[in-house]
Amino acid sequence: MELVEAIVLAVLAASTPLLIAATGELVAERAGVLNLGVEGMMIVGAACGFAAAWLTGSTTLGALCGIVAGTLLSLIFAVMTLGLAVNQVATGLALTILGIGLSGLIGARFVGEKITPAAHLQIPGLTDIPLIGRILFGEDAFVYLSLALVVGVWLFLYRTRAGLVLRAIGDNHVSAHALGYPVLRIRLFAVMFGGACAGLAGAYLPLAYTPFFIPGMTAGRGWIALALVVFSSWQPGRLVVGAYLFGAVTILQLHAQGAGFGIPSQFMSALPYLATVIVLVLISRARTGGSTAPAALGTVFVPDR
Amino acid sequence: MRKILIAAAAVMLASGASLFSASAAEKLKIGFIYLGPIGDLGWTYQHELARQALVKEFGDKIETTYLENVPEGPDAERAIEQLVRAGNKLIFTTSFGYMDPTLKVAKKYPNVHFEHATGYKRDKNMATYSARWYQGRYIQGQIAARMSKAGVLGYIGSFPIPEVVSGINATMLGAQTVNPNIKVKIIWVNTWFDPGKEADAAKALLDQGADIIMQHTDSPAPMQVASERGKLAFGQDSEMIKFGPKAQLTSILDTWAPYYIARVKAELDGSWKSEDTWGGLDSEMFEMAPYTNMPDDVKKMAEDTQAAIAAGKLQPFKCPVVGQDGKEVDCKGGDHLADDQVLGMNFYVKGVDDKIPGK
Repeated sequence: MELVEAIVLAVLAASTPLLIAATGELVAERAGVLNLGVEGMMIVGAACGFAAAWLTGSTTLGALCGIVAGTLLSLIFAVMTLGLAVNQVATGLALTILGIGLSGLIGARFVGEKITPAAHLQIPGLTDIPLIGRILFGEDAFVYLSLALVVGVWLFLYRTRAGLVLRAIGDNHVSAHALGYPVLRIRLFAVMFGGACAGLAGAYLPLAYTPFFIPGMTAGRGWIALALVVFSSWQPGRLVVGAYLFGAVTILQLHAQGAGFGIPSQFMSALPYLATVIVLVLISRARTGGSTAPAALGTVFVPDR
Repeated sequence: MRKILIAAAAVMLASGASLFSASAAEKLKIGFIYLGPIGDLGWTYQHELARQALVKEFGDKIETTYLENVPEGPDAERAIEQLVRAGNKLIFTTSFGYMDPTLKVAKKYPNVHFEHATGYKRDKNMATYSARWYQGRYIQGQIAARMSKAGVLGYIGSFPIPEVVSGINATMLGAQTVNPNIKVKIIWVNTWFDPGKEADAAKALLDQGADIIMQHTDSPAPMQVASERGKLAFGQDSEMIKFGPKAQLTSILDTWAPYYIARVKAELDGSWKSEDTWGGLDSEMFEMAPYTNMPDDVKKMAEDTQAAIAAGKLQPFKCPVVGQDGKEVDCKGGDHLADDQVLGMNFYVKGVDDKIPGK
């Protein structure tokens, strides 16, 4: 039973950065902007978040700095794709390359330093409940924040007028523009939100997951977050399922190896990706006709003057 | 006045002469291809330290360049060729996966000398070098068996290639000299570097009852996890004691500097030859970090083993080596396994209760 608890705790920790980054990207994509620079924004968030936490000794300031760094980087993307109507795919890829280089530069001074990892919640009585205590009441703030973030985004998208406008812009920016909605301004906010989330997700890695900074430590998590958005068919609820499923398969395959199930580890390592592909196929089969992607996703918008 | 003019002319001549000689004795350009970032605190970092040692040793006689984060595989060819075109005459490609790309470029440029780390393909202008880390892992196995209360070691592997497999076997052979019933749990993460995944693997091993963490991956994350949980661990490639002051038992330190200096010296005096260097504790190809967080008698045992291996008195793969199937492995090296058998090792020794993935 203790093993089950340990596995669930590890799954939550492994899934949280994916969930945070994917939630941000989901909002941007719902507004019709495809930002492939998640990995770059994450790693810069990691470097800046660690730097701030190390200098000030505060996890909160570290997280804030990660958010700001991710947002600033997303502004570069916004200027290029919204302001100058440059191709989104190319700009996003360039942003990732820029981010990886930049993070190495910012983080170089901090490699080999350590910080105290983010504190875990401790409620006397509740946290000590066997089995579920630590899972429900003993996580670090990022885990709760990530879930609050998803709920908030869901409420925003489906229960507010602004959310409706954002989705409309993502589906048909020309019509939305004709109706008088500020397409570019709303997309700017969506891109910035995506950057902020990616920065926070990146900061989670050195602040809570593995409390040190090393160049390249995101190790492709930004790309997985991008895949999760597609996996979720752009719906926040499914995103939670996808992120935890991915985290669960990742952790379980490690445990299966340790327990010596005798299944080749190469297959086990591919399992999370295989699971993603299978679910994607099932989703598309269950739907009758038409893509679930925002219709205007990835297309540039130049308002007529 | 005339004297002054002559003096001025002499100065000019002298400076002209020195300028001339500087350009005549052209600097030796040396290039490096790195797998990770130089700040990885592991594999690449140790190569970078050796490069810095070269600069310190030879000063302005050489000029070094490095390319970091170069992916293994065909893509590396472009990076290596780039170094050749930039005029580098001696090029170190520092990871196993650069083997074929290096060979290809070496065939194309016979006047450039190449040094490939940890591979087995050579050419007239392409040498190989590696270290007998399995010797260090044998020592670690002995320490681990002494320090483990549970009798279960947790081993994080990168890829099931012979180097990693021979490391697991050497660890077990060492451990079995102390505790014949020692067990090992192995998790392959299929990456050399992913701090998050390495940490998760370490957690999984500890959660499953292992109490010593050994890693053949590059980040200090497993060490840090062991440290947080109050367990013990071995570092990898570099000194990781900072990440586990109360956890690190020792670490195999890659010390490339002596080899790099010797090879550059040879290149400078024209005696460079394509060779296969596979050095161990006797030839400073690697070192053991100080033995820490263990009682004095365990430390003494480790030091004695280290001395015996360095003196050639102890062979980690001393025959008979028994495979998982209970059969003795052919002994091709006299009283121990031949180098080829270690370099191509694709079986587990008896006592490893697992299968090599994909076999």
